[in-house]
Amino acid sequence: MALKTTEVEAKGGRSRHRSLGLSDEQALRIYEVMRLARAVDERMWLINRQGRAPFVISCQGQEGAQVGTAAALRPGSDWVAPYYRDAGVVLWFGMTARDQMLSFFARREDPNSGGRQMPGHFGSRRLHILTGGSPVATQLLHAAGLALASKQRKEDAVTAVYFGEGSASQGDTHEAMNFAGIHKLAVIFVCENNGYAISVPQSQQMAIRNLADRAAGYGFPGVVVDGNDVLACYEVARQAVERARRSEGPTLIEVKTYRFTAHSSDDDDKRYRKAEEVAIWRQKDPIQRYAAYLRDAGTLTDPVEAEITERITEQVDEATEYAEQAPDPTPDDLTKFVYKKDVQA
Amino acid sequence: MAVKTVIEAIREGMDEEMARDPSVFLIGEDVGNRGGVFLASDGLFKKYGALRVIDSPLAESCIVGVAIGAAVNGMRPIAEIQFADFIAPAMNQIIEEAARFCYRTAGDFNLPMVIRAPWGGGVHGALYHSQSIEATFGHIPGLKVVAPGTPADAKGLLKAAIRDPDPVLYLEHKRTYRLVKGEVPDGDGVVPIGKADIKREGTDISLIAYGLMLTFCLEVAEKLAADGISAEVLDLRTIKPIDQAAIVGTARKTGKVLVVHEDNRFAGIAAEVMAIIMENAFDALDAPVMRFTGPDVPAMPFNHVLEEAFMPNVEKILAKARELAAA
Repeated sequence: MALKTTEVEAKGGRSRHRSLGLSDEQALRIYEVMRLARAVDERMWLINRQGRAPFVISCQGQEGAQVGTAAALRPGSDWVAPYYRDAGVVLWFGMTARDQMLSFFARREDPNSGGRQMPGHFGSRRLHILTGGSPVATQLLHAAGLALASKQRKEDAVTAVYFGEGSASQGDTHEAMNFAGIHKLAVIFVCENNGYAISVPQSQQMAIRNLADRAAGYGFPGVVVDGNDVLACYEVARQAVERARRSEGPTLIEVKTYRFTAHSSDDDDKRYRKAEEVAIWRQKDPIQRYAAYLRDAGTLTDPVEAEITERITEQVDEATEYAEQAPDPTPDDLTKFVYKKDVQA
Repeated sequence: MAVKTVIEAIREGMDEEMARDPSVFLIGEDVGNRGGVFLASDGLFKKYGALRVIDSPLAESCIVGVAIGAAVNGMRPIAEIQFADFIAPAMNQIIEEAARFCYRTAGDFNLPMVIRAPWGGGVHGALYHSQSIEATFGHIPGLKVVAPGTPADAKGLLKAAIRDPDPVLYLEHKRTYRLVKGEVPDGDGVVPIGKADIKREGTDISLIAYGLMLTFCLEVAEKLAADGISAEVLDLRTIKPIDQAAIVGTARKTGKVLVVHEDNRFAGIAAEVMAIIMENAFDALDAPVMRFTGPDVPAMPFNHVLEEAFMPNVEKILAKARELAAA
């Protein structure tokens, strides 16, 4: 087994997506989901700053890492265990702008939690999106368990679990990678390394440059990829998924990326990073970069872009309007579902 | 009907459930070839293989976290924590994750999983092989906590726990493993979670206990009978959800209640039982409700004098029961 960390470089070329086996339609679908994730997020900030909703936590800047890796999976039969920024992952797996907005406004109809959790705590059994809480890195062990069950039943489902580089410091991360390595489980560990855990930079989180190096210690490959190059993310994820389906075990994918916004609507990132640094990364916007590629490839034309924009605007408008007017939970809902069946606690 | 020990009943319970349902599997430290440090899973590795009896790495959060994921994906894991004292590294997974999955998804997710944990003292286990954890976990909504004291209840409650749609913390008292023998019904013999059981009928005072303390209280009742005092013994069996009706029922029947546990006193299960009685049967009481518990020290020491000083025993409980009867 090749345990050497591989740096996968973005390769140019006008038909990169076709050489990766993606049709024009699939390539555009990836683009549209990235843009939808961004658009929903931007609308949430707007509404938050208008004082109409208390909290937002963002995917902005990380859409390429999210949609690129998720696009290598089979929604419905594979599982994802996202973390709170992974709007791109869950939209790819079948959530809608309306679902996101219902969660944002904490409405009763919110399919993630019925308005119980803060936004970004995704979960849908039907869509195979694992529910997440706020303590970080717990989902890595859940992903190992999901994959263990697939192995026990001899199913070829793959589980992809997402986390930030801060979560990599948690013990559960070690325990999960160790367990998945021992049992050669079909898990893809996707670390979205955006350089900061709230304010703490990577240099205070770990003594190494590439988290992917740690994979060697668990007996499986680690790969570093440019997280703002969506096709590169797709390529490494596809390789990892194929490896997992062949029962060859996990892969750790470290996607190097950046978050454009503060940690959340309650954070002030000017206290710990310079505006110039953010500006530099905004130049590497994964959506802009992918759009430029698709235009160059002749896949994205002005009329197609206009159609996409129209669809997205329509969805976000509809979702916002619907969710803002949707009913809140009632006080009676407070005590429901402590247990699966109604138990006098 | 055959006479069995508690540990035999637990082993049989797991074996029968694994035979009945291919989604049931066991994961924990030394549960494989070794058959568990107490031999609770003796023979299961050979019978069911390495994919259903999994020797985990020495990492409790891993044991519980993996079980949670497997439970989401159609399995019914039994996660064994080797000693209740070592459950702390898994508390984040149990409290923040397992106990909240159903609530935080408004019922979309639920976790049919069991966490087995050998607990309790009187086994020269010192500070880290003797602890009681029922009050700590009983406080957590979303968890169910059971603590059987007899072989029949051990097997029946284990089966109920495995078949339950929610996470169940199954506490098996180490001292009862081979000390307590009793008839175990043939066949399923499922004991419902949430139902206490009157193990001895009486009219003068009520002794409420669970786990090893049940055995002690039954001996106390026998000795009290020799004094002409008729003691009822209520076995809680389930800590959460607690059987309020049974507690109130026995309190109303005798008017005098002594609650016994070996867990620390402060905010222990006895305090909750006493509150239930005060809220629901105050008018029927003939004396203040009493409790006899372990002291508020971190855990029981290794030295036998200190261990005995910590542990409730028949003599100590008997003295307290006589005090109550005379009140």
